[in-house]
Amino acid sequence: MIRHLLSGGDLDAGTATEILDTAAEMATVAGREVKKLPALRGRTVVNLFYEDSTRTRISFEAAAKRLSADVINFSAKGSSVTKGESLKDTALTLQAMGADAVVVRHPASGAPHRLANWLDGSVVNAGDGTHEHPTQALLDAYTMRARLGRLAGLHVAIVGDVLHSRVARSNVLLLSTLGAKVTLVGPPTLIPVDWAARAGVGSAATDADPGTDVCYDLDAVLPGVDVVMMLRVQRERMNDSYFPSAREYARRYGLDGPRLRRLPEHAIVMHPGPMNRGMEITPEVADSPRSTIVEQVANGVSVRMAVLYLLLGGNNR
Amino acid sequence: MTAYLIKNVSVVGGAPTDLLIRDGVVAETGRGLDAPDAAVVDGSGLVALPGLVDLHTHLREPGREDAETVESGSRAAALGGYTAVCAMANTSPVADTAGVVEQVWRLGRQAGLVDVQPIGAVTVGLAGERLAELGAMADSPARVRIFSDDGHCVADPKLMRRALEYVKAFDGIIAQHAEEPRLTEGAQMHEGEVSTRLGLTGWPAVAEEAIIARDVLLAEHVGSRLHVCHVSTAGSVEVLRQAKARGVRVTAEVTPHHLLLTDEVVAGRGALASPGLGVDWSPTASYDPVFKVNPPLRTGTDVAALRAALAEGVIDVVATDHAPHAVEDKECEWAYARPGMLGLETALSIALDVLGPRWDLIADRMSRTPARIAGLDGHGLDPAPGVPANLTLVDPAARRVVEPAELASRSRNTPYARMTLPGRIVATFLRGEPTVLDGKAVK
Repeated sequence: MIRHLLSGGDLDAGTATEILDTAAEMATVAGREVKKLPALRGRTVVNLFYEDSTRTRISFEAAAKRLSADVINFSAKGSSVTKGESLKDTALTLQAMGADAVVVRHPASGAPHRLANWLDGSVVNAGDGTHEHPTQALLDAYTMRARLGRLAGLHVAIVGDVLHSRVARSNVLLLSTLGAKVTLVGPPTLIPVDWAARAGVGSAATDADPGTDVCYDLDAVLPGVDVVMMLRVQRERMNDSYFPSAREYARRYGLDGPRLRRLPEHAIVMHPGPMNRGMEITPEVADSPRSTIVEQVANGVSVRMAVLYLLLGGNNR
Repeated sequence: MTAYLIKNVSVVGGAPTDLLIRDGVVAETGRGLDAPDAAVVDGSGLVALPGLVDLHTHLREPGREDAETVESGSRAAALGGYTAVCAMANTSPVADTAGVVEQVWRLGRQAGLVDVQPIGAVTVGLAGERLAELGAMADSPARVRIFSDDGHCVADPKLMRRALEYVKAFDGIIAQHAEEPRLTEGAQMHEGEVSTRLGLTGWPAVAEEAIIARDVLLAEHVGSRLHVCHVSTAGSVEVLRQAKARGVRVTAEVTPHHLLLTDEVVAGRGALASPGLGVDWSPTASYDPVFKVNPPLRTGTDVAALRAALAEGVIDVVATDHAPHAVEDKECEWAYARPGMLGLETALSIALDVLGPRWDLIADRMSRTPARIAGLDGHGLDPAPGVPANLTLVDPAARRVVEPAELASRSRNTPYARMTLPGRIVATFLRGEPTVLDGKAVK
C-alpha cells in the first residue's frame, strides 16, 4: 500500500481496485445498528482544513470515527501565511501530537505534497487548490462501479469548469488507470490549453494525457456516454470573461430535462456537489432517479474508511 | 599596493602566458615575466577572463537585509568571478530617487568587492503610474544609466514610450521586465502540460512575447535603446531576431536557470535540459518553491531556443537575476512563496556547461557586452597592458557539488543544490586588488 494519497495518479489499477473492494466491505457497516469497527483504535487522524468544506470534512470525520480512530479537527480558515503560523510549523505541531494521518484541504495546489515532506505520518489530500481531490475520484469510481457493474470500457463525460477543477483532474487520472475513457466537455476558456489542443482529436494515450479527449459540444457527446459528471461552476468565474453570462452557460453546458433524455437509458448523472441548481444542472435532473448525487455522499464515507484503513496499515493481515 | 604575477595562465583561451598586475592595471603580459616584489599566482590550467559583469542583480538592501546585503551580495559576486553588478531597483524603499541610488552606490564602495552600479526605477514606487526622477538619478554620484521596474512590467504603452524617449538625453536605457500583467494574474508557473497536471495557474509565453513585440516597435519608433530582461521563451527569441534584423536598438539577456532548467522540475522530475550535467540529479520533491521564479521555467524547446540564441548573439548577455529570499519566503506553499533564485556563485559554471569552453563567447556574453550595455568604463576589457586589472581566473577542469550552506549569499535559495557543476573561480581581481584568492573571498 502507498504511504500517502496525494494524487489520483498515485494509484495503480491494483491498489485502486483494492480500495474500492475494501470500501464495499466498509459499506456493509453503514447498514448495521452499531456503525463502528475497531480497526483504527488508538490511532489519531487529524482533519486539517484551510478551506470551508463541511461536506468533505464531515465525511472524513465520520469515516475515521466509524473505524474507532481518535479524530482531531484543526480548522485553519484562510491561508497559513495570513494566519501567522507557517504550514511547516503546523506540520511540526501535528507531528509532535502524534498524528498518524493528516487529512488536508488547502487552497494552494501542492500544499499536501509540501506537508508530506515534513510529516512521518500519512497525508491524505482532501482537495488542494485547483489541483486534485483523489478521494472524490475514488468515490465517483465506486459509485459508477456500483451502478453500472464495471469501470473498464465506460465512457465518462466530465462537463464544465475543467480548468479549475480538482475533481476533474483526479477523475481523469483514476478513470484512465481503471480503463474508462474520459471526454472533457466545456467552453474552450475552461479547458486547459494543452488539453484543448486535443479537441476533436481521438484519444491518444500518453503519459501526460492518458486517453482523454475534449469536445466543446455537450449535445454531441451525450448520446454515447455511460456517465455524465457535471462540475460546479464557481460564481467568481462569471466576472472573469470565461463565458458571457450564467444564462448562456446554462443553455450551452447545463444539463436539463431534454438533454437528460438524450442520454442512453442506462446512463447515470453525477455531481460532486455542492450544486448550483439552475446553472449547471436543473432540479429536474438533480432529483431524477438517474442522478447518483446522494449516493455519492454515502459512498464517500465508505471510500474514505477504506483509504484510512489501508493507509494506516489496516492491511497488515 | 601589492603587485601580482599570474604565471602560465590562458588569457581568454589563448596560449599560456604571464600577467603582471601592478597599480591597479595589467602592467605587462608575456611569457617568463619576472617581478621579485610581486606575489606569484600559479595560473597553470587556469583561464583568465575579463571580470564578469552582471546586468541583473537583486542585493535587497535597503529593506531586506535578512535576505542579502550589498556586502554579502558583493562577496557572492566576487566568488562567482564578477567585478561589477547592476543592482535592481526593487528595494524597500524603492530606488526611485537620487538618495536611494546614491546610498546603494556608497554601500557598494564601502564593501569594495565589486563595483555596484545601481539601476533606477522607471516609475515612482514601481507602480507604473508616473515617471520617477530619472534625470536626478542620472546626475547623482551613482550615475544611473539603466532604468528598470524589474519585478513589474512597465505595462502602460504611453508611459513606456515616454521613458524610452526621455532617457535619450543622458544615453540611458530602459530594461523591461516583459510581462503583460492582465495575462498573468495569479500565474504560478509556465502555462503548459505541467501546469495543467499540477493545477497551478499558468503564465503563458505570449504574455512575455506580446510586450517584447510592442516594446521593440516603440523603441524603433522613437529611436531609443531597449534592453529586455530575462528572456525565457522561444517566441521571444523570434521577435528579437526580427527586430535586430531591422536594426532596432534592442539588447536582451537570459538567465542561467532559463538555460538549464525546465518546468518539469516543479513536478519533481529531473528533466535537466543538459546531457552533460547532473544526470543523477533530480529535485527531492514536487512543488518545491526553490524552483519558483519569474518569468517561470519553461519547456525544453524554449531552453534549446535560448541556448541557440545566446550562441548566435540574438540574445546578447547572460544575466543572473540573482534573487535572494529568506528561508520563510521559500519554505511554504508554492503559491505563497516569493519568486526568485540565487545565481551569482553558479552562473559561470552554467554558462560553461551550456556554451562549452568557448572562452571568447563566454567573455563576450558575460563581460564585454554587459559592460558596454551598462556603460561601465574599465570593465569588460580583456587583460592587456594598460587595461584596468578587473579579471577573474577560472579552473575549467574543476568540478564541485553545490552546497547551499556554503554559499556566501545570505540566502540559500539555489536551485542547483547537490548538483555537480563544472568549473571553479580561483581568483578575482578588482582594479588590481584580489577579492578572491584560492577560491576564497579575501574580505
